[in-house]
Amino acid sequence: MDDLYRENILDHYKNPRNFGELDSHDLQFHDHNPLCGDELGVHIKVEDGKIADLRFHGHGCAISQAAASISSEELIGMPVEEVGDLSAEWVIEQLGIDISATRRKCALLSLKVMRGATTGDASWPKD
Amino acid sequence: MATAPDTTLPDVRSEFPVLTREWNGKRVTYVDSAATSQKPEQVLAAMDRFLREANASVHRGLYDLGREATDLFEGARERIARFVGADAETTVFTHNATEAINLVAYAWARDNLGPGDEVLITRMEHHSNIVPWQLVCQDTGAKLRYVDISDDGLLLLDDLDAALGSGRVKLVGVVHVSNVLGTLNPVAEVVSRAHAAGALAVVDGTQAVPQMPVDVSEIDADFYAWTGHKALGPTGVGVLHGRRELLLEMRPFISGGHMINRVDDEASTWSELPHKFEAGTSAIAEAIGLGAAIDYLTTLGMENVRAHEEGLTAYALERLPEVPGLTVYGPPDVSQRGGVVSFSMEGIHPHDIAEVCDRHAVCIRAGHHCTQPLMRRLGVGSTGRASFHVYNHPDDVDRLVEALQDARRVFEL
Repeated sequence: MDDLYRENILDHYKNPRNFGELDSHDLQFHDHNPLCGDELGVHIKVEDGKIADLRFHGHGCAISQAAASISSEELIGMPVEEVGDLSAEWVIEQLGIDISATRRKCALLSLKVMRGATTGDASWPKD
Repeated sequence: MATAPDTTLPDVRSEFPVLTREWNGKRVTYVDSAATSQKPEQVLAAMDRFLREANASVHRGLYDLGREATDLFEGARERIARFVGADAETTVFTHNATEAINLVAYAWARDNLGPGDEVLITRMEHHSNIVPWQLVCQDTGAKLRYVDISDDGLLLLDDLDAALGSGRVKLVGVVHVSNVLGTLNPVAEVVSRAHAAGALAVVDGTQAVPQMPVDVSEIDADFYAWTGHKALGPTGVGVLHGRRELLLEMRPFISGGHMINRVDDEASTWSELPHKFEAGTSAIAEAIGLGAAIDYLTTLGMENVRAHEEGLTAYALERLPEVPGLTVYGPPDVSQRGGVVSFSMEGIHPHDIAEVCDRHAVCIRAGHHCTQPLMRRLGVGSTGRASFHVYNHPDDVDRLVEALQDARRVFEL
């Protein structure tokens, strides 16, 4: 089996969960990776302070798309205020693969837009 | 099955130290020369010899060592100018092509453009020939316009004529060879049409000078910019060839040491050309290294280099479509393109293609290649790109195709 492009990663890349747009949404954010031009946006519907539903949209590599897809399943149902506490390691753990320094930005793009949508802070991650 | 082309060049791979390296037991296939080229021993030796034996500041030393350094530096300038049919007096050393274009933007455009004027560039420019003009337009009130391209990546000359027809275009910017599409633009024709419409022309020759004979006097552009590190030379040295009358009347760009004639308390006068545009200590070793690089290319013969690039590009254009789901961008006719081939693959993102290629020690570029307006025109976020130089051979194309096939296997396509 491939160390990076594992079955699970390829499955989420080819059949991303919670991808598309939400006609009515309470929060949204859009960002891109200036190094590669990849783009990712998110629409979030909030109910009782929790993420009731969300959709990612955009284009990117297997790592960035799989990270968005896999984490989307964990994010739905999470209190909005907890998103800002999620770390880079949280995403990488979700992916379950070793991420090289050159692919780190790919892996973190989805959490970057989630944090942008929920906290308004577009500057994460600082490193 | 495609047959490998003959080449007129000797096998020079052993003269490029980086190319003797191996990763995971595999010899490196370096097909990213459009990003930066590798450097031959001769360039390394020239720089090493200068720094060890002849290092001194130029144009200052009243001693033999300083004179030798100056002779090496100015000798490099003269050979570099001759290499592209230019005069040493109008050949300015910058730090890269980006700085060369910025010199025009700051020292000519800001003093000569205003509201109602237009800057016309093409849809296939590198960011280095886009962003400086965006800032010029923001500062002067001029308007930035684009000439479109055809679906197979050729400049639309009718579109150019239509835009020039406004009578407001004061400057045309055009890339000689596209770093993405490979398109070899008819720059002499574009310059002539710009002049007929009363506009100046700046040509970005970054991808052209390293791989084909270029005669800037024939092209007749008002400014022609290129960089050393893609032409087998080191980083840190670029070149701007300018029209003498313009360089004489322009204000300096960067100012300070070396570029003055006399400094009074309130104002100064400027040095002769080209020194007026070379403030501060130049990249002396790098200029000497670039001189050695163009000597190396001259020995190979630029006609031969061009034939070699055409052969490799034709072979790549023939072999790449063997990979299912692969799309190649740019003109199908190799006589209209340089040694750059961009492509995308159905079901695999360019970054993932590059990642799998890396496992095969095949170095390709993936991304937007500093051409985001062009990526939008092509309807993609990024592409993979292979680009060739004198040290590449058909087996490098074979290894690239093998790696791309493997990427399909990894992605279970």
